[in-house]
Amino acid sequence: MFERRLYHHIDWALVAAILLLCALGCAMIYSTTFDPTRGTSRLYVTQIYAVVLGLGAMAFMLALDYRTFTDKSHLIYIGMLAVLLYVIFFGSVQMGARRWISVTAFNLQPSEFAKIGVALVLAKFFGENRGAPAWTDLAVGGALTALPIWLIAREPDLGTAATLVPVFLAVAYLAGMRMRILGMMGLCFLLAAPVAWKFALEDYQKTRISSFLDPAQDARGAGYQQIQARITVGSGGLSGKGFRQGTQGQLRFLPVAHNDFIFSVLAEEQGFAGVLVALGLYLFVILRALEAARLAKDRLGSYLVIGVLAGFTFQVIYNVTMSAGLAPVKGLTLPLMSYGGSSMIATLAGFGLVLNVRMRRFTN
Amino acid sequence: MAIQEDRRRVAVRLTVLQYGVTLVFSVLAVSFWVLQVVQHSMYEELAENNHQRTLALRAPRGVVFDRDGRVLVENRHSFSISILREHTKDLERTIGMLASVIGVDEARVREIVDRHRKEPAYRPITIVQDATLAQVAAVTARRLDSELPDVVVEQVPTRRYPETLAAHLFGYVGEVNESQVGERGLRSGDIVGQSGIEKIYNALLMGEDGARRVVVNSVGREIRTLEEDAPSEGKRLQLTIDYDVQKAIEDAFDVAGFNGAAVVLDPSDGAVLGFTSRPAYDPNAFAAGIDRATWASLNGDALLPLQNRAIQGRYSPGSTFKMAVALAGLEEGIITPDFKVRCAGHQNFYGRDFKCWKAGGHGTIDLRHAIEQSCDVYFYTVANMLGVDRIHKWATALGLGIKSGIDLPNEVAGLVPSTSWKLERMKEKWYAGETISVGIGQGAVSVTPVSMAVYMATLANGGSRVTPHLLEAVDDGSGWKAVPPPPPEATLDIGPEKMQAIRDGLWMVVNAAGTGARARIAGRDVAGKTGTAQVISNQGRLAARGSSRDLRDHGWFVFFAPRDHPQIAGVVLLEHGIHGSNAASVAHHILETFFAKQDGRPLPQVPADLQLNYSDPFAVGSGAERH
Repeated sequence: MFERRLYHHIDWALVAAILLLCALGCAMIYSTTFDPTRGTSRLYVTQIYAVVLGLGAMAFMLALDYRTFTDKSHLIYIGMLAVLLYVIFFGSVQMGARRWISVTAFNLQPSEFAKIGVALVLAKFFGENRGAPAWTDLAVGGALTALPIWLIAREPDLGTAATLVPVFLAVAYLAGMRMRILGMMGLCFLLAAPVAWKFALEDYQKTRISSFLDPAQDARGAGYQQIQARITVGSGGLSGKGFRQGTQGQLRFLPVAHNDFIFSVLAEEQGFAGVLVALGLYLFVILRALEAARLAKDRLGSYLVIGVLAGFTFQVIYNVTMSAGLAPVKGLTLPLMSYGGSSMIATLAGFGLVLNVRMRRFTN
Repeated sequence: MAIQEDRRRVAVRLTVLQYGVTLVFSVLAVSFWVLQVVQHSMYEELAENNHQRTLALRAPRGVVFDRDGRVLVENRHSFSISILREHTKDLERTIGMLASVIGVDEARVREIVDRHRKEPAYRPITIVQDATLAQVAAVTARRLDSELPDVVVEQVPTRRYPETLAAHLFGYVGEVNESQVGERGLRSGDIVGQSGIEKIYNALLMGEDGARRVVVNSVGREIRTLEEDAPSEGKRLQLTIDYDVQKAIEDAFDVAGFNGAAVVLDPSDGAVLGFTSRPAYDPNAFAAGIDRATWASLNGDALLPLQNRAIQGRYSPGSTFKMAVALAGLEEGIITPDFKVRCAGHQNFYGRDFKCWKAGGHGTIDLRHAIEQSCDVYFYTVANMLGVDRIHKWATALGLGIKSGIDLPNEVAGLVPSTSWKLERMKEKWYAGETISVGIGQGAVSVTPVSMAVYMATLANGGSRVTPHLLEAVDDGSGWKAVPPPPPEATLDIGPEKMQAIRDGLWMVVNAAGTGARARIAGRDVAGKTGTAQVISNQGRLAARGSSRDLRDHGWFVFFAPRDHPQIAGVVLLEHGIHGSNAASVAHHILETFFAKQDGRPLPQVPADLQLNYSDPFAVGSGAERH
């Protein structure tokens, strides 16, 4: 099953970059959650466990040929929908949303794993076709994506739901979707936006968007986090305030600093230099993964890599933009760095698939 | 074919994605560069304002001592509860919660906040001054729970007046009002003197506030102190006031039960030994912010407790004015001390009959006896010979009808009429007949008690019109430095024999057959003069019968002692005190205390009755005249 020669085809550079980002994340979690009055927080230890578990998941995703997963993708997809349904009805509630399943001591967040499920099923679906996808293909692919989006949005977890959209778009794009159609979809989105504003969005979501456009109008509410994020990043300067010396994160002016705003803390404590290192690592990971898509021996492999990568890239870009106070605040974590077990395991598992495709580029 | 085409398309589109992602990351890097490098200083300052707070450390005001070093005004610690809006997320919520925690009406809290809303958010808005321990405990508990992160409890030094005495002299302190903000660097929220010496010497008494820079977290908890700039206390002042004399004045007024005023001076330089105005208020009520009800009742009180009667009350001097007329006559060469007038109990001037208080008349009487007996006809005659302008000249020279220049705010001047005054004020000519009643201190003449004290000091010291003053020495931290007494306002060159005749008359008022016998102290040669100021004419009294107004006459006693080398001079005015002799009783206790202290004898207790006479000889129906 796992041939020894395959070992040499593992992209160790990519693995190294990923591990560096994980280490950076752990260090920042340690820094922001350190509280001298209460002793050291345990959160960074939990994160290390998550990384170890994630590496296990990565190894598992490597061990089997990716085609084994895509062949079973319909079953995986159906199983995934079932779990998401279960969450909606029986999941545990935290912070007003029903997103988690309690498994003994752990809280699993199935929506994180849905990204892999959708990537698998879309890779399989578009990989079976030849030539540019027809209208019907796009409709079916869109429906396959829309179903989990709808379920996840019901939790509600609009952030994670939204990351599935680029997954579909990226796979369809690589599969040869005509640019005309892409343009029309963009047009539809623009036309639908005002309607969605009026009917689909909850009040708190409207507040978030309007306060993004003018943070000062609500400096103590939704705009607060955004202003604080900008202050945090800006006050970091060129070289940063130093490890555990950031006032914004340490003194909790920035909420959930170890989670959604971990990149802000990095920017504050390590400065522009730290930001360049982290951005460089992320860019390296993404370009390296795109390379894997290019090297893949079949379209299926390329689509799978691009599907996994699309959600990841979207989330990284959005979170980093938000961390600088340049995008509306949304509960989207920064993959590989933010605190969170499910996200870490799912992301590393996803990269397992990316490595898998590259590793097996010569096998039949 | 299709496979080839597919491969090529995938390759092209992957390249597009590669460039796209690289472009997006470049844009992100540039954005961070702008925020972190280009705009760094702005955000650094914002971050600092976020977590650093400057807390004011209030400086205590200077302690005030009497001439012997006894503490008259000091400070105590009190707690104030303030809202610091800098980190307020929801002001309405904070107001509501704070109001319920400290048990204050929510509308009241909101009103205070509204008044200060325009100020910078880092300046605390004080909601409760001098908070009770229960309020402090309640707020502190909520702060620990982080429910009221934007409410701070500060320990502030607060003025304390250990005894309620000389209230109008000390004045009171209060929050700086809008019109005062800005002058001499005063900032909103500062506590400044609003009256009395607290106001006049505010610049000396006010210390310099310190500051403490602290690091706070997002819920307002202090993490550590960055730097501390200790406050410097205000300068310490020593007043000329003698606590024992002051206490004697207050005690005597308490027993007498009259309102009024008293001023006691050292006649040699005008140092004020004692000073009171009644009714008084409790300056402690202002120290930590006066509550509305107290303020309203002080302001609405018909007896005007906030008025400083000693420098702001204008009263008719009555017979106490006669010495000014006598001096004018002597100095203008109109009379000599031996000049005699025959008093038949009344005298006709310009076709009108003017009565002497003594219906039977005093017979033939000289100046000394005319002062002793307070003979009205004698002074009618002298006044008529002088004319009003010469009376005006000499009364003014003695300090009447003008401001004394005492170091207290808002002194007013009395009035001694003259022909030019009448022409200017009433656009009317002065009639010679009007001069007659001026001769006995009636008509348009009015004086303030402090000007009467100056008048007596000038007679006592032989013609030096001293400036009453309160400040003896200042200690700015490097030891006491004496403040030289202000120079006399004027020095009159008066023949000693003329002055002696007036002094003799005044001595006889107290020590012979005069009306001031109650002020007599064996061996001290007290010289003085009683006076009665009519509140209403006898006809007016009849008309006002049955009204609730107090129509009893005011009683004066002006004095100095000893006659030949005076050490003390002063005035006691009892509003509605009926007789000048009642004021003499009050003065007696003051003088007795002064001399007992000088001799090192135990200070006298104020007699329980002061030998006061409450019967009103001028009650409607009696026909007596005043003297």
